[in-house]
Amino acid sequence: MRTYAGHSDARRSNELYRRNLEKGQTGLSIAFDLPTQTGYDPDHELARGEVGKVGVSIAHRGDMHTLLEGIPLDQMNTSMTINATAAWLLGLYVVTADEHGVADEGLQGTTQNDILKEYLSRGTYAFPPGPSMRLIADTIAYTVEHIPKWNPINICSYHLQEAGATPVQEIAYTMSNAIAVLDAVRERVDQALMGSVFGRISFFVNAGVRFVEEHAKLRAMAAIWDELGRERYAVQDDKHRRFRYGVQVNSLGLTEMQPENNVYRIALEALAVTLGRGTRARAIQLPAWNEALGLPRPWDQQWSLRLQQILAYETDLLEYPDVFEGSKVMEGLVTELADGARAEMARVAELGGAVEAVEYMKAALVESQRERWRRIEAREQIVVGMNKFTSTEPSPLTADADGGILVVDPEVEADQRAAVERWRAERDQAAVDEALEELARAARDDSQNIMPATIAAARAGATTGEWSHTLREVFGEYRAPTGVGEAAAVPSQDVAELRDEVERVSDGLGRRLKFLVGKPGLDGHSNGAEQIAVRARDAGMDVVYEGIRLSPSQIAASAAQEGVHVVGLSILSGSHRELVPAVLEALSAAGAGDVPVVLGGIIPEADAEALREAGVAAVYTPKDWDLNRMMRDIVALVAERHGIDVAAPA
Amino acid sequence: MSRQLPDGAELGGRLRQHDLSAAPAVLNVLESRAPEARERADTLLAALSPAALGHEAPGHVVGVTGPPGVGKSSLLSRLGAEWRARGRTVAMLAVDPTSKRSGGALLGDRARIDVDPTDPGVFIRSTAAGDRVGGLARATRAAAAALSVAFDIVVIETVGVGQSETDVADVADSVAVVVQPASGDVLQFLKAGIMEIPDVLVVTKSDLGRVAERAVVDLQASLRALGAPETPVVAVSSASPPSGIADLAGALEAHRSGLDLPGRRLKARRMHALADFAAEHGERGVRALGGRRAAERWLEEQDPALDVPALLRALERKAAR
Repeated sequence: MRTYAGHSDARRSNELYRRNLEKGQTGLSIAFDLPTQTGYDPDHELARGEVGKVGVSIAHRGDMHTLLEGIPLDQMNTSMTINATAAWLLGLYVVTADEHGVADEGLQGTTQNDILKEYLSRGTYAFPPGPSMRLIADTIAYTVEHIPKWNPINICSYHLQEAGATPVQEIAYTMSNAIAVLDAVRERVDQALMGSVFGRISFFVNAGVRFVEEHAKLRAMAAIWDELGRERYAVQDDKHRRFRYGVQVNSLGLTEMQPENNVYRIALEALAVTLGRGTRARAIQLPAWNEALGLPRPWDQQWSLRLQQILAYETDLLEYPDVFEGSKVMEGLVTELADGARAEMARVAELGGAVEAVEYMKAALVESQRERWRRIEAREQIVVGMNKFTSTEPSPLTADADGGILVVDPEVEADQRAAVERWRAERDQAAVDEALEELARAARDDSQNIMPATIAAARAGATTGEWSHTLREVFGEYRAPTGVGEAAAVPSQDVAELRDEVERVSDGLGRRLKFLVGKPGLDGHSNGAEQIAVRARDAGMDVVYEGIRLSPSQIAASAAQEGVHVVGLSILSGSHRELVPAVLEALSAAGAGDVPVVLGGIIPEADAEALREAGVAAVYTPKDWDLNRMMRDIVALVAERHGIDVAAPA
Repeated sequence: MSRQLPDGAELGGRLRQHDLSAAPAVLNVLESRAPEARERADTLLAALSPAALGHEAPGHVVGVTGPPGVGKSSLLSRLGAEWRARGRTVAMLAVDPTSKRSGGALLGDRARIDVDPTDPGVFIRSTAAGDRVGGLARATRAAAAALSVAFDIVVIETVGVGQSETDVADVADSVAVVVQPASGDVLQFLKAGIMEIPDVLVVTKSDLGRVAERAVVDLQASLRALGAPETPVVAVSSASPPSGIADLAGALEAHRSGLDLPGRRLKARRMHALADFAAEHGERGVRALGGRRAAERWLEEQDPALDVPALLRALERKAAR
């Protein structure tokens, strides 16, 4: 199988960056692994299988130093995809720049630093919403004064659409998020700076295949943003009120079936963000056509790039002023979306703002996603090649597809574990203890900015896990709402047969069929697990769903104590090779080794085969989009394991 | 046919020896509606009855109830840690509402109760409330009775206000009703007598400061007016740093030590049998007993040594007469 060495550790990433810079690249884009994103050191139990996987592992200033060695930071524009621990990584960056002799005011770059979408969709949060919002406000207040060329936050609506948001919800929740951030900053900076703060805020949006409506969505966002600037924050300078956004087009709508069709979808989605000059994206990332199948090959990536180049250089798209100017249809759509969004924003405001309304918004998104999925299953919403026009000639494009996924040399994790232990042993422990105490003091005192103590702790040699642990002690642990409890039931006729079957098997079992849906590891992409949990409930099962970030021992303890009949695991981070065997082992140790386990996620067939051999009863991938069929399979599996007659397939 | 369930007497024996790892299997048996499981459940309960033990089950059965969203789960996380620090073993039975239409349920409470998954001294089981809105599933009543033989503390967590604390009071030795500051309903419910006076009142989110203090004072005033001034009102905060948790553990313990335990347990067994009877035979069955109050009076005259299955059989005989 083709493997791809991820960024893994600081040294390897540094080599990659330097190669790219030699080729003429001018900026750095740093992706961090999940332990770094969620504030755990490489040797923490939850980091198992995740170290160096979706990005680089940065545990202390030594790692940051290695990562940036030989790179001219005064000339770099550095973008960091980091949220819950953004203040810490910014601190490490500042300390490293200082070691390189580059002063704060010379630094340029972006920290994503948007926590709300982590609760609602992406899952790499560390602290409760209130304190997290304070950390964001602190980094903004700090950078506006000390690192004026830094973009301290990039508010993401992208992940909301992936979580199921309708256009109205996407606009409303993103803008409510921005309000929460700005309101928090307003209390922490000089009022004269609010214009610059407003102007520093940028967005990261999504674009779906209904491209006319999606374009209207962007125009509505720009209008509301301008309105907020003028009315709520009295921002005078027009330039400060410009709606600045980057875009990645929709992944949610790409299909594993007939994947070549995705090329058309991506092209149409790209139109949504380029059609109107006034609301054109500043940066566009297009996914590869075969993203749903595995990691894109260099040729696949080239094909995506060519699409962008054709749009820019062959078409006349960029030659005209705003082509929708004066369009009645577009104006009507924009008004409709903006009005809907304002009403929804008012609802969020009534609940006390975006921070207080996390639970409400999460439940609303789960509900939208459930409805979207129901429409697809009922073929009210057509997805070509998936629920309609499904017959296909054999594809020459996918014949040699190898389903490659990102695999990191297991040595990386072992090395990083050993390295962080060495680091702790060799540093000045007293200085670290003192710095962390000071950090805790600053955290407890809401009137202080967290950045100076964070930078001091970075300099003293504290680790990512220690910084986060100190703040977790002060702010408390947090489990985001799952949103599933409030989701409306699917119409009874859609699941009537399924319910009968669940009842019949439950009677045979003596008690209601009980299903544990678990998300092991640090992967926070919970949309799939949530939809499975809701559908299983609607099918009449008792469903135990505890949300994301569970250790294998937590899943095993729950399965054993709850007396479940079947366990379903959802893993999208590519860590199934490590995590699934760990869960199977933990189940045996907990005395629940006979409970069948099914797995869902992006699992290459070779891995699926190996996992089935290791004892997994069934493996589901994105091509298994028919949830009712999956439920019937699971019920049949339980029936078979308990010697209950399996009903004839419907 | 279901896989072989463990034998009731054997499971009872394990609980009597404080083998906490028996708990999941005990629940599997008690939750089962299959006829052979019902026999096992009867055997199990008989093996754990005061008559068989020679004394009441030593565990403290604590009911924790209150409206949704007041912070019961966070409170239980903190209380669980407090009890574990005091060396107590803890079983928690979390009762979640059931979907009316599908009969299925999303059991989410467990997620919000934060415990060490590798600690064998803590057991959490989620149960769907069953068909009776707000009522306790029969398995929950039986589980509380059984687990209190092996665990030091058995918590029954339910959601609601009005009926839920009455249901829990039928089973628990001590009932704590949890409210949050500035929620007037509980105060109104208390005054109007819709809600019975609990053994302990808990006001959460005491970190909110004055609103929380105000809530405590208001509740104390109404308790005085209702002639129950001795009912403890404990303010707690589950947010970091937690506070009031040790006070609450102390208040529950004080209530339990001041309790006529045999009396309360005897009443619990009788109510348990009546609830099982009503679940089995419905309104018509209860009418055949001359109505609920008549049935309760009749139960009060029965031999105190009878266990729940025996009481249930006695009720069934009486109804058939």
